[in-house]
Amino acid sequence: MPTLTMLNATLDVDAEGFLQKPEQWNEEIAAEIARANGIPALTEGHWKVIRFMRNRFLQAGSAPSVRTLGKESGVDTKELYRLFPNGPAKLAAKIGGIPKPRGCI
Amino acid sequence: MTMTAIAPETAFAVEPEPKPITKVSIIISKGTLEGIYPGLIMANGARMEGIEANVFFTFFGMDAVMKGKQDKIKVATVGNPALGLPTLLGALPGMSALVTRQMQKKMEALDIPPIGEFVQMISDSGGKLYACKASVEMFGLSKEDFVEAVQDVITVGEFYELAAGGQIVFT
Repeated sequence: MPTLTMLNATLDVDAEGFLQKPEQWNEEIAAEIARANGIPALTEGHWKVIRFMRNRFLQAGSAPSVRTLGKESGVDTKELYRLFPNGPAKLAAKIGGIPKPRGCI
Repeated sequence: MTMTAIAPETAFAVEPEPKPITKVSIIISKGTLEGIYPGLIMANGARMEGIEANVFFTFFGMDAVMKGKQDKIKVATVGNPALGLPTLLGALPGMSALVTRQMQKKMEALDIPPIGEFVQMISDSGGKLYACKASVEMFGLSKEDFVEAVQDVITVGEFYELAAGGQIVFT
C-alpha cells in the first residue's frame, strides 16, 4: 500500500491519495489535504460536509451519495458544488480521510 | 535490405497519458424510463467528477423535462425483449405501470432519485439543460411547457456550439 508523509505522520493511501485508514486522520491533516486539492482554507460550510461524510462512512461503512449529501448534510446541492467545484463527494471524502466513494449517484 | 537501428528513445517511447474528459454533452432522445435514466445518470456522474455537463432533450426524451409528464414516465413493456416479459403479456393494461413501480422501488433503494428530482439536482449541480427547437416546434410546445431547470430551447447548431471541445453522447 502506498504511503504519504504529512505533518510527521505516515498515512496509508490509495493511488489517488485517499486515506485507507480513517483513524490516521485528524483536522490538521484535513486542512493539508484540502490545500493540496485546491481549497486554500476550509470554511464552516466545508466542515459541515466533510464531517457529515466522515461520520456517515464510519457509521454505515460506505460514503453517502451526492443526493444524500444535498438532502441531509445541511448544505444544499448548489452550495455543495460551490464549495467543492471538482466534485463534492469525492473531495469531501478525500479531505475527510475516508476511502474514495464508489457510488454512481 | 539494411537493418536500421532504432534509437533507444523511440523504442522506449512512453504513450502520452490520455487527457481527462473535461466536458460532455448528452442527448436524451427516448421517452421511456430506461431511455431517460442512463443519460441523467451520466450527466450527474459527470458533475460528480467536476466535468462540465450539457443535456439536450429531443423528441420524446423531452418528457423528462416537461411539466406534468416527469412523474408519468414508464418502462416500455412491449418490444423490450431484455425484460423477459412476452410482448402479449407486456401489452396487458397496467403492466407498464406495475413494472415501472417495481423498478422505481429498486432505484429508490439505491438512492437514485425520481426523474423530476434528478433533473433539478443536475441543474443545481451546474449541469445545463436544453430542449430541442425542432422537437418543440413539431409537438407545438413552448418554453413554458418545460420545468424551470431547462435553460433554453435551442437549435442543433447551437447545441454543437455548446458541445465544442467536449464529448457528445447520444442516448
